[in-house]
Amino acid sequence: MEFESYDVLVVGGGLAGIRAAIAAVEANPRVKVGMVSKVYPMRSHTVSAEGGAAAVMTPEDSYETHAFDTIKGSDYLADQDVVEAFVREAPIEITQMEHWGCPWSRNPDGTIAVRPFGGMTTWRTVFAADKSGFHMLHTVFQTSLKYPQITRHDEAFVTKLLIEDSRCVGVVALDIRTGRFDAITAKSVILATGGLGRVYAFTTNGNICTGDGMALAYRAGVGLKDMEMVQFHPTGLPFTGILITEAVRGEGGYLLNNEGERFLKRYVPNKMELGPRDIISRAMITEFDEGRGFEGPHGKYMHLDVRHLGEEVIDRKLPFMRELGREFVGIDIVKDPIPVRPVQHYMMGGVDADISGATPILGLYAAGECANVGLNGGNRLGSNSLPECLVFGAAAGRAAAHYASSARPVTTNPVDAMLWDEAHRVEAAYLEKKGGTERIADIREEMQKDMDAGAGVFRTRDGMSRLARNLGGLRERFEKVKIEDSSRTFNTEILAAMELDFMLEVSTTIVFSALAREESRGAHARRDFPERDDAKFLKHTLAFHTNALAPRLEYRDVTITNFKPQARTY
Amino acid sequence: MPDKRITINATRYDPEHDEQPRLQSYEIPFYDESMVVLDALNYIKSHVDGSLSYRWSCRMGICGSCGMMVNGTPKLTCNAFLRDYWPRPVMVQPLNNFPIIRDLVIDMDDFMHKLKSIKPWIIRKQEMPLGAGEHRQTNEQIDDFRQFSECINCMLCYAACPVYGLNNEFLGPAATALARRYNLDSRDQGVKQRLPVLADSEGVWECSFVGECSVVCPKGVDPAKAIQQTKLDTTMRFVLPYGTRE
Repeated sequence: MEFESYDVLVVGGGLAGIRAAIAAVEANPRVKVGMVSKVYPMRSHTVSAEGGAAAVMTPEDSYETHAFDTIKGSDYLADQDVVEAFVREAPIEITQMEHWGCPWSRNPDGTIAVRPFGGMTTWRTVFAADKSGFHMLHTVFQTSLKYPQITRHDEAFVTKLLIEDSRCVGVVALDIRTGRFDAITAKSVILATGGLGRVYAFTTNGNICTGDGMALAYRAGVGLKDMEMVQFHPTGLPFTGILITEAVRGEGGYLLNNEGERFLKRYVPNKMELGPRDIISRAMITEFDEGRGFEGPHGKYMHLDVRHLGEEVIDRKLPFMRELGREFVGIDIVKDPIPVRPVQHYMMGGVDADISGATPILGLYAAGECANVGLNGGNRLGSNSLPECLVFGAAAGRAAAHYASSARPVTTNPVDAMLWDEAHRVEAAYLEKKGGTERIADIREEMQKDMDAGAGVFRTRDGMSRLARNLGGLRERFEKVKIEDSSRTFNTEILAAMELDFMLEVSTTIVFSALAREESRGAHARRDFPERDDAKFLKHTLAFHTNALAPRLEYRDVTITNFKPQARTY
Repeated sequence: MPDKRITINATRYDPEHDEQPRLQSYEIPFYDESMVVLDALNYIKSHVDGSLSYRWSCRMGICGSCGMMVNGTPKLTCNAFLRDYWPRPVMVQPLNNFPIIRDLVIDMDDFMHKLKSIKPWIIRKQEMPLGAGEHRQTNEQIDDFRQFSECINCMLCYAACPVYGLNNEFLGPAATALARRYNLDSRDQGVKQRLPVLADSEGVWECSFVGECSVVCPKGVDPAKAIQQTKLDTTMRFVLPYGTRE
């Protein structure tokens, strides 16, 4: 059988994936690149990023301070060589985006403007008003259309990585529109599938953020790194979880408790509203616990107040926030404080990948939120993820193109058999399955509720043990899942089932990695182990797939170059 | 309000079984004043009928996936509030003027081809090297094209456009707005390369200036203005002397 065949196949059409595709072509114009995404690329969740992209852009700034801020922000779990390479590449990528047409907000002299952001000691966050991710995604997507070497497979869902002789040689994908299973072969594959926020009930993440790439790599035998490190953003809208950007505080907004007090003075007195996300989220929960939150129909919340900034600044720098307030809360942020509470936002953990995006499997790369290249450690600083997508997307694209140019061709015979097996596995598990009793949504909602309760901002051994048991029960119930939709055409119920399968997988790695890390570091805050323990845990967790529920855990030392771990106070 | 309920009449169509699209009625609990039409669809899919098919993701009005006809008007279902329709039923249908793939899912390949045809990227006679830094561009220069860059490709404007409804060769509102976005960008020098598509017989001249596209845009883009400006542009190119036609 003949298959679509590429030199480089990118899975995912967000910022990291598209940047990787363009980088591969620019590294070697003869490279044939495929891009498969379960949605049209401009629907990818990059679109929801708001605040901006950090890079050293001004004479007052330095690589060393950006690196130090990032490493301190990570609670010393970042690999310092990776951070040092990142800060040098980030400004080049920002300029590249400018050349491609990104409408960065400007200074009066026409140079690119920067704004302050949490955990950054100086102004270095480049922005396109408060729709930075939207503009960056549409810029790279539209730019990608000029490269004839890039072929897209829109609305195709990857169900399995093809591994032959411990080398990745492509994927099996379900074409959503037709229900057909295809093998797409490639000399190299780059995973750029984004985050997994939908394992939680209360998240800023869109419906598509289901940890697909992480689960694919995990099942293929790659370790998932630091999965206990889940970021909770301090300011989500109650009920919807819609993100209110950190730039609101960067531009001078106040966080107020029910006494009208800027309570952060008790937690991050030197940084106040510009403290890092993990610490501010914990401060908010602590205030709630001590009775200083507002009570609303959707739980406790704080006020985020920008009224003193004035309409002109708000309309110039935060127009989307005003739109979101008006459309989704029925308030005008010029006149009313915004109700906010901590919300799952980002996954620091991900597919174990090195500085060029290479995973331990030959020919398999990962970039963006689905990867963990060692940049973010225990806590990502706001505005480091967009440049991460650019820097490490480009690095993975170049590395994959380079590898593909000397790799031997993929042989189709074993692929034929693997496609057959995978198509039959999915059909038997879902399409042709009879007598299922469990609704997908029931299992999913229970998983999300359990994850909120057991793997949230604060964690305990008891809570996580209960969560682990519940996830085991949900995995058993999933075996009896019921599919009502028998059509092959745009069957979103089968997609939901396969996404839930992936989410159960990655949730399990989160809870077992978190249980084993008996310390508090970055976003991983244990009530039963409140201190950081560098002697035991200045290490990355690696979770490997096993045939049991629990993964096998290994540890790897963090790379330290110039910044010795010290107490993390702000 | 434990017992408040609302009726959703949604289009069902599976090409493997149905000759024609039909409406199916679902009565669901309206349990929170913040509920939007998309929440209602999600309730149906989760708890009533898992086979209902539609696209959605960000549920914050920026990814552009969830456009549908809501009581006959093109809307993003993530910010169409049930409270604005209750107690009357809400009719949810796929966007007008597009082929239906399944239920509420439309085929938008046509737009993807049109988007590419207008060359939506910065075109320069000579690319500036990265080492030379950024192009200087003031916020006022960005204001020239800003609104056209806000297009989220949600297709509501095509669903509202009577001309596109009659002739889907028409380039249409969003693609023209995005061409305008690049033509007005001070960094771009590609106006002439985009002109053939825009001035083509199926380009901007098909527009009869109904203006519905601008009315339904959820992002405040004014494609009708882009089309009128482009008409003026294409005319000027014929009447101006050669030297000034850049």
